[in-house]
Amino acid sequence: MTVAAIHGRDIHVDVEGFLTDPMEWDESLAEALAANIGIDLTEGHWSAIRFARSDFAANGETPTLRRMATTGGVATKDMFALFPKKPAKKMAYVAGLPKPVGCV
Amino acid sequence: MTMTLEAPVPVFDEESTGRKLAIICSKGSLDMAYPGLVLANAALGEGIETHVFFTFWGFDMINKETMGHLKFTPVGNPATHMPPMLMGLPGMTSFATHMMKKQIEGIDIPDVPEFLEMITDAGGHLWACRMSADMMHIEEKDLYERVEGIISATDFIELSEGAQIIFV
Repeated sequence: MTVAAIHGRDIHVDVEGFLTDPMEWDESLAEALAANIGIDLTEGHWSAIRFARSDFAANGETPTLRRMATTGGVATKDMFALFPKKPAKKMAYVAGLPKPVGCV
Repeated sequence: MTMTLEAPVPVFDEESTGRKLAIICSKGSLDMAYPGLVLANAALGEGIETHVFFTFWGFDMINKETMGHLKFTPVGNPATHMPPMLMGLPGMTSFATHMMKKQIEGIDIPDVPEFLEMITDAGGHLWACRMSADMMHIEEKDLYERVEGIISATDFIELSEGAQIIFV
């Protein structure tokens, strides 16, 4: 684990750059993380991120794409449009959550 | 714990690897439908171009009539750890299928039609085998509408050029 400067703050991250303490996250940090991977956050991103954060808080796991669609109400197609190529991982990164562990 | 100045940024867009996956689904039983679907879905979530080719009994996975009603039979399957003599009794296949469907649903895994919808929503490509279609007298209108076409073995070899191939 490393303490790194993101957006002028010291944040705990793993070797890849994912936050290791979701409590260190806030919305301004999300903007900085998104910018790191070339994403401008829109309202669509925010509703995905907010659901993922609340689902993680409730269940201790980052939602998979399947769960984003069935429980979070964000369709798979939309996830690919919002976070191209690797939607679940990119969303987790921006939301300050660990990578999802579920298979589906 | 060490201090660094700038946080590492995950590498998400490894376009240069050009990884591609082709999965052949040749089985029509409920338990054998899932491995290919799960892998296809996982690959798509990693941004990998993915093609699924359905052949022989795998047609049951994309035939509108059967895709929602695949069955699981414990007959001849020692991994069920049940007495073999009982497995062939009438009603056993329905019972085992019912149990398996419940378990799959219990961990929020979609049924086969919904799984195919999810895979195609994620940009996956579905193909049907020409020879199987001819043998079984099946036409495109009989198949799940998101199947892109009935193609020959040669077509499949062409489109899977450079792909890793998984046979299920």
